[in-house]
Amino acid sequence: MVDVAIIGCGVIGAATAYQLAGRGVSVLMLESENDVSMGTTKANSAILHAGYDPRPGTQMARLNVRGSAMAKEICQKLDVPYRQIGSLVLAFSEDEMDHVRKLCRQGEENGVPGVKVLSKEEVLAMEPNLSKEVCGALYAPSAAIVSPWEYALAMAENAVLNGAEIRLETRVTGLEKTENGWLIHTDKGDEKARFVVNAAGVDAGTVHEMAAEPTFETTPCRGEYYLLDKCEGSRVEHVIFQCPTKAGKGILVAPTVHGNLIVGPNAQDIPDGGDTANTAEGLAYVAQMARRSVPEVDLRASIRNFAGIRANTDRPDFIIEWAADGLLDLAGMKSPGLSAAAAVGEEAARLLQEAGLGLRKEENRIETRKKFRFKEMDAEGKAELIKQDPAYGRVICRCETITEGEIRAACHTPIPPRSVDGVKRRTGAGMGRCQGGFCGPRVMEILTRELGYDPLKVPQDQAGGLILTGCTKQGGVRK
Amino acid sequence: MKELICIVCPKGCHLKVDEQNGYTVTGNSCPRGAEYGKIELTNPTRVITSTVAVQGGAHPRCPVKTSKPIPKELIFEAMKTLDDLVLDAPIRLGQVVVKDVCGTGADFVAARSL
Amino acid sequence: MNQQFYDVIVVGGGPAGLAAALKAKETGAEKVLILERDRELGGILNQCIHNGFGLHHFKEELTGPEYAGRFIAQLEGTGIEVKLDTMVLEVTRDRKVAAVNRTDGYQVYEAGAIVLAMGCRERTRGAIGIPGTRPAGVFTAGTAQRYVNMEGYMVGRRVLILGSGDIGLIMARRMTLEGAKVLACVEVMPYSGGLNRNIVQCLQDYDIPLYLSHTIVDIRGKDRVEKAIVAKVDENRRPIPGTEMEFDCDTILLSVGLIPENELTRNAGIEIDRRTNGAVVCENMETQTPGIFACGNVVHVHDLVDYVTAESQRAGAAAARFAMGSPSSGDALELFSGEGVGYTVPQRLRLDAIDKSVEVFFRVRAVYRNVEIVAESGGVKLAGYKREHMAPGEMEHIALPKVLLQRAEGPITISIREAVK
Repeated sequence: MVDVAIIGCGVIGAATAYQLAGRGVSVLMLESENDVSMGTTKANSAILHAGYDPRPGTQMARLNVRGSAMAKEICQKLDVPYRQIGSLVLAFSEDEMDHVRKLCRQGEENGVPGVKVLSKEEVLAMEPNLSKEVCGALYAPSAAIVSPWEYALAMAENAVLNGAEIRLETRVTGLEKTENGWLIHTDKGDEKARFVVNAAGVDAGTVHEMAAEPTFETTPCRGEYYLLDKCEGSRVEHVIFQCPTKAGKGILVAPTVHGNLIVGPNAQDIPDGGDTANTAEGLAYVAQMARRSVPEVDLRASIRNFAGIRANTDRPDFIIEWAADGLLDLAGMKSPGLSAAAAVGEEAARLLQEAGLGLRKEENRIETRKKFRFKEMDAEGKAELIKQDPAYGRVICRCETITEGEIRAACHTPIPPRSVDGVKRRTGAGMGRCQGGFCGPRVMEILTRELGYDPLKVPQDQAGGLILTGCTKQGGVRK
Repeated sequence: MKELICIVCPKGCHLKVDEQNGYTVTGNSCPRGAEYGKIELTNPTRVITSTVAVQGGAHPRCPVKTSKPIPKELIFEAMKTLDDLVLDAPIRLGQVVVKDVCGTGADFVAARSL
Repeated sequence: MNQQFYDVIVVGGGPAGLAAALKAKETGAEKVLILERDRELGGILNQCIHNGFGLHHFKEELTGPEYAGRFIAQLEGTGIEVKLDTMVLEVTRDRKVAAVNRTDGYQVYEAGAIVLAMGCRERTRGAIGIPGTRPAGVFTAGTAQRYVNMEGYMVGRRVLILGSGDIGLIMARRMTLEGAKVLACVEVMPYSGGLNRNIVQCLQDYDIPLYLSHTIVDIRGKDRVEKAIVAKVDENRRPIPGTEMEFDCDTILLSVGLIPENELTRNAGIEIDRRTNGAVVCENMETQTPGIFACGNVVHVHDLVDYVTAESQRAGAAAARFAMGSPSSGDALELFSGEGVGYTVPQRLRLDAIDKSVEVFFRVRAVYRNVEIVAESGGVKLAGYKREHMAPGEMEHIALPKVLLQRAEGPITISIREAVK
């Protein structure tokens, strides 16, 4: 029997585990997919919002501002790519200027540091590539960009280092109340826990209903994106938002921590929370709206399209409450869920503690992580690193300059990758303009060598999505 | 009269072959085109390239080719002769891998050293 | 980090780099170095196990590995140094090359002249934005070719090919021979992007249908590809509703274009031509940065390795001459791409550096029959070359005699005109 079982290991589950692990309680993370951050966490705008958007007084407002501030500190401690670049909300009419002023007041009320309204001249001086139609903007200097999956992975890894356990490819199929906690049925057998945290993202409603009457309804909402080549990466230097219009919430254009430009998302309610398909119409809409902000953005420089699902619900705020005795819902984590995640984890820990969990302060908790990122080092640093370990002298991913040393290191982290994309999330190999065309086979080779996987059973990403279907010359043996 | 695209070289000449009159070829820009036109309609042939499993080499497969074109209808049969083969490195360029493939007189030979 | 000097450093050991290095040595460069990122020389030729290489250069039909092998064999005894498994991180305008490998670590080399021969990469799904889910089973044709030919793995059982580039056509045949079912090849343009001979011997030989003016409008499948929806497109390449066909396939191979790999070139601040995505080069393959040359697919994408070899030999010879203290100079005439011409290589001609004539390579923008390639300057026609058939999938070239170039007053434009009978 563990003290806490967390269902779902996206950024919310990871943040919760991060808050609990190494504090005198046992923690078990259960994840249905083959890696951390496989749902909404890996497919979103990769932005830590400043916190002027949520209505003052809501949990969302409080946790957004707090969570963004915590993220900055966590990213520093755990060596997660993070850049505080500030955001602009553009106004293209006097009506939209009114909206911008309202957001500014809201931001002040929510305690967002440094928000102010800028004139057209001030905006264009900051971002010369914006449309000359812009009338002004809200500036929020505390907005930041982050690598969402690395953020979630770093917190989950840290939790494991501090004693938490993670079970991947383990799907929860039922919950049963017992005398002193919960019996959790999974497709890999049963688990017992005193407390259960429901951090199942888009599936949080399903998990809730395994144990309690429905209290919310999930309406999955898909957003489609373009990721552009690094040649477009400095088209803008801030996160560029638009004011919501009747047509939608507006499309953002922003640099990513990896040096690319991200453009999106649209918003389309869909019946199936697993449907992350791109559509021609969705992408066309995103392209058209993005040009409104940044007319010269070159969408032909696209290196990848993707779509993510927001776990929208029929309730306006985040749902952080007891679904049943000992079963805590962390649901409805729509935007700004990523921004708020760390604070949601903290809030969950507080609620569990109040319910008698018994967290303690621990002296020997591992608090930091350090990763070698070869391409970010200077010449001397690179020379020294290769001298110490020649594997850093072999570049595997040409587009992103990721070395064998980095990929090998990723294979031996507390949560080793199970797929080629798992390596991508941990190292950046395959994230570049050729999208793994060159390095895919090499990454596969290292994965199989380091972790003993059968190449014929290594998926591209999620379990089941196998890359290879067999050998040529079936009679021949492989060495 | 039959129209063909010549595949002897990348130029891709548009050939016309007269089956009634001794397979005379027009539209070719070299003698090899005339020959191709005739053979293509009487006994079409192709050079087959593939790979063979290798043990102990720098790569797990070695490229091979037929030493000369073989009849088109024997392509899949020729491929089968490679299925159960495992070569041991080192392999020399030009080394015969399968002799007299399907009675065609052509050999499968290694296309690189390994 | 000690700095070492070489007369000529060649970045890339594929067909372009090999030919350039050999020619540089032959021309008199003393110290020549090839830096190759892979574990062996030969570049992409190593995985191109099909035949059809070398008809121009060797007057016989070779496979890719054989063609590469001949050049690799020529290296022996020349004293050309080769560093394998070595990644060049930076090339600078003052001809320094920073590179890393396992044994030498981080090194900066100085060069008398540099030849850029990094080749190209494939356009991916993300670059063309195919709608649908993103399951495993979507490969670029070249990646699939590596898995199948080099590593000995099959990448699928029921295959649909998007794009009719040569690698896609070659892989259609290759997958078929290895027992996969290739359902069709789908091309968005009204003509094929590959060579005619490959349509015949890779598709027609195996009864694989080619759908011109069609494209994939949807990919379905959760973990692995399950279906692809193909539709006919109109003249603006927009799918026509109601023309959809469904293919039950587990694999989609993309052969939708190649892009010269010029990140080093761009970072060095060397002028790039937006049409070729390669460096702007002069008659001897020198970029607009003196002493830095470029050749092969890093300049413009070729159909035939034989032409890569010829072009790279010019670059290697010129690089050697530059390193030995006799650079080409003089005013450069600009070469413009006129009606029907997508680009030209070279883009600039220095008359002083041209001996008798200069070869100009280009691609046309559409399929033409019975036309004339016209070179003109200031409204005056300098030369005309008749062609019965031209297509974008086939690189064209003309030789412009120096005597005609001398009559040019200002830039020369190459265009396609209807032939005067």
